[in-house]
Amino acid sequence: MVKAILSLLELAAILLPAAVFLGRYMARVFQGERSFLTPALRPVESLVYRLCRIDESREMSGRTYAICAVSFTLIGVLVLFLLQLLQGVLPLNPQGLRGVRWDTALSTAISFSTNTNWQSYAGETTMSHLTQMLGLAVQNFLSAGIGIAVALAMIRGFIRREANTVGSFWVDLVRSVVYVLLPLSLVLAVVLMSQGVVETLRPHATVETLEGVRQTIPVGPVASQEAIKELGTNGGGFFNANSAHPLENPNGLTNLLENVAMLLIPVALVFTFGRMIKNRKQGRALFAAMVVLFALGLAVALWAELAGNPLLAKAGIAGGANLEGKEMRFGLAPSVLFGQATTATSTGAVNSMHDSAMPLTGLVYLFNMGIGEVIFGGVGVGLVGMLFYVVLAMFVAGLMIGRTPEFLGKKLGPYEMIMAVVGVLLSPVILLCFLAVALAVPSGLAGLGNPSAHGLSEVLYAYTSAVGNNGSAFAGLSANTPFYNLTLGLAMLVGRFATLLPGLAIGASVARKKTAPVGVATFPTTGLLFVVVLVGAILLVGALTYFPAFSLGPILEHLRLVGGGTL
Amino acid sequence: MKEVRTGLLVLLVFSVLLGIVYPLVVMGIGQLAFSWRANGSLVAVGDRIVGSELIGQFFSSKGYFHGRPSSSDYDPMNSGGSNLAPASSTLLDEVEKRIALVHSEYGLPEESPVPADFVLASASGLDPEISVQSALLQAESIAATRGIDAQAVRSLIQRYTHGPFLGAFGEERVNVLRLNLALDKLVGRRVGSGSGPEASSPGAGKGEP
Repeated sequence: MVKAILSLLELAAILLPAAVFLGRYMARVFQGERSFLTPALRPVESLVYRLCRIDESREMSGRTYAICAVSFTLIGVLVLFLLQLLQGVLPLNPQGLRGVRWDTALSTAISFSTNTNWQSYAGETTMSHLTQMLGLAVQNFLSAGIGIAVALAMIRGFIRREANTVGSFWVDLVRSVVYVLLPLSLVLAVVLMSQGVVETLRPHATVETLEGVRQTIPVGPVASQEAIKELGTNGGGFFNANSAHPLENPNGLTNLLENVAMLLIPVALVFTFGRMIKNRKQGRALFAAMVVLFALGLAVALWAELAGNPLLAKAGIAGGANLEGKEMRFGLAPSVLFGQATTATSTGAVNSMHDSAMPLTGLVYLFNMGIGEVIFGGVGVGLVGMLFYVVLAMFVAGLMIGRTPEFLGKKLGPYEMIMAVVGVLLSPVILLCFLAVALAVPSGLAGLGNPSAHGLSEVLYAYTSAVGNNGSAFAGLSANTPFYNLTLGLAMLVGRFATLLPGLAIGASVARKKTAPVGVATFPTTGLLFVVVLVGAILLVGALTYFPAFSLGPILEHLRLVGGGTL
Repeated sequence: MKEVRTGLLVLLVFSVLLGIVYPLVVMGIGQLAFSWRANGSLVAVGDRIVGSELIGQFFSSKGYFHGRPSSSDYDPMNSGGSNLAPASSTLLDEVEKRIALVHSEYGLPEESPVPADFVLASASGLDPEISVQSALLQAESIAATRGIDAQAVRSLIQRYTHGPFLGAFGEERVNVLRLNLALDKLVGRRVGSGSGPEASSPGAGKGEP
C-alpha cells in the first residue's frame, strides 16, 4: 500500500508541472502566438503548408472541418491497408514477411487511423519494419493530431460570437504534429533508447542461450514508435506483449515515463482549454472532475489487486499475490496504475495482462472505457467527450433551476443536447448490440479464451475497447478472425466518428450564437457544485448503461471467486 | 475534392517526415550514443552472444537459477501472457502442479508458501527477472549441484539484487541471466562444460520452474 501511494505521488509530481507547462505552451501555439520553439519549428510548419498548398489564413465552417477530418481519416485507412497488403514486395522487410491477410489488414488500418490501435496480430511475426515505421507510426501521429484539431474546433465554438467558422483543420493538424507531438516524441524516444528500448533496422538477432538453445530476439525501429504510442494515446505495441515487453519497456524508469507520457497531453489540454476560453477556473473544474473519477477507479482497482487472489493463497502462494500476467520490474501497484491510466485515456498500451487481472480491476478498466474515456481521455477526443457530459450536466442543472441551460455564456438548445446524447450514447448502444451478436453466433463464441463469466468479459472488453478507440484487450480472446476483425473494425469507425462529428456539430452551432453575459441566476460552472453534478452525470450514465453486462461478467466472476469457486 | 487532394498531400509529406526522417534521426542518435542498448542489450561470453540482458531465457539445468514460468517457453517471437482468468480452473491446476514441483525439488516444508512470481507466468513471457525470495529458494540446491558454499551463492544473489525504482516501481528482484553468468564466473566454468554432477539436462521439466 505504501508503494502504491508512493508510485502515485511520484507520477503526479512529474505529470502535473509538465502538464501545466505544456498546457500553457499549447494555448500559445494553437492561437498562433510565438513560443520558445517557434524559431526552430516555424520553418518546418511553413514548409509543410507550402508543399501541401495549404492556405494558412483560410478559415473553415464546421461542415468543411468535418469533411476534412473524415476524409483524412479514411485516406489514412486506405493507404495503411494497401501498405500492409503489399509489404511482402516492399523494402525494409529483413524477415521476409508476407503481405498481411486482408481482414487483419483492414482491421489494423482502421484501428491505427482511428487512434484505437486494437491489434489482432502479433507485431514481431506480422509487420515488416517498413509497415511499422511508415504505416503504423505515422498514423500514431496523425490520428492524435486529428483528435487535438477537433478539440480545438469545439473550444473555438465556445469562444467565438456569431461566427460561421471554427478554424482550419489543416493548420490545427499541422501545428499539433509539428509543435507538440514530434518534439515530445523525439525527446522521449531518446530517453527510452538509453534504457534499452531498441531502435535499429537490422534483422532479428539470433543467439545461443547459456544452455545452448537458439533464441531469436526480435528488434526494429521500436523506440521512435514507442514514444508516440504513449504520447498520442495510441497504444499499439511494436511487439505482441506491448509495454510488458522488455524491449518496449525495460525498467521502472521507462515504465514511469511511459505512464506519464500517456496522461501528459490529455491533462495538458484541459489546462489549454482553460487558457483559451480565458477562464482558467473552468479548466481546473474539469480537471477536478477527472481527478475524482480517476481516483475512485484507481482505489477500487488497487484494493482488488493488492488484496490478492484467495484461490492462489489457498493453493500455497505467499499472500495470494496476483502476479500472473505481471512483470517483476513493475510489480503490483505500478501495473494497476498503468492499467488505470491506459483505460482512462484512450491509450490501450498494457504493461500487464488485463485478462489475468482480478475481476474488479477488470471492471474498473471496463468502466473507464465504457463512459467514453473522458477521465483525461484520448488526445483531444477526451476533452470533446467530457464536454458532451458538460452539456448533459448543464441540461440537468437547467431543469433543476428552471432556466435555459447554458455553458460559457452560450445557450444550449435542443440541437446541442441531441448531439451530446449522440456523442455519449451511440457508442454504448452499438457496442452492446455487437456484444449480443458475438455471444449468439458460433464465430463469436469460438474466440473465447476463458469460459463462463470471464468469457463474456473478454468479448465485452473487446467491443468496449473498440468503440472507445482504446485498443487494450483481454487478450485471451482470439480476435484474428474475419468475424472479429470486421465487427471490431466497424465498431472502431462508429466510435471515432460518433465523437468527432457531434463535437464539431456542437462547436459550429455554439459559434454562431451570441455570448450572454453572466447573470445572478447563471448556474456557476467552476465550483464544487458543478464538479459534483458533472461527476454524478457520468457515473449515472455509466451505471445505467452497463450494469446488466457488468453483472453477468466481472461482478459474477468476483462473487464466484470470493466464494471459493472456479470458472 | 480539394480537401481530399490536400489530405493526400499532407499524408505524403508527413509520411516522409514522421515515417522516415524522424525514426532515422532517433536511430542515428541511438546508434551513436547508446548503440549497445539500441541494438538489444546483447550479452557476450567470449565471442559468443548468449542472449539479451533484457530478455528472459529458459533454464532447466539444476546448476542454474531458473526463471518464472513462461506461457511461450521464453520464445521471444511469441511474446505474451497466459491470459488465464484469476478464477480459471486451468490456471489453478497448473499452479498447483508447479507448487508441488517446487516443494519436492527444493525440499520446501509442506506448509510453507511459495513466492508468487516463481509459479505464476509473466505478462510478456520474457520476464528476465525473479524475486529475491525465488532466488534464495534455489540457492542451496544450486550450491550443492555446483559444489560450492551456499553462503557464496546467497551473497551473489544479494550483490545482484535491484530494488524498486524510486522506491515504488518494481519488486526486489534479480536478473536471472546476469546471476547465472556470475555463478559461472564464480565456479569457473559453465554448466555442462566439464564432467561432474551438474551435467545439464535440456528439456527436463520444460515450462516448469
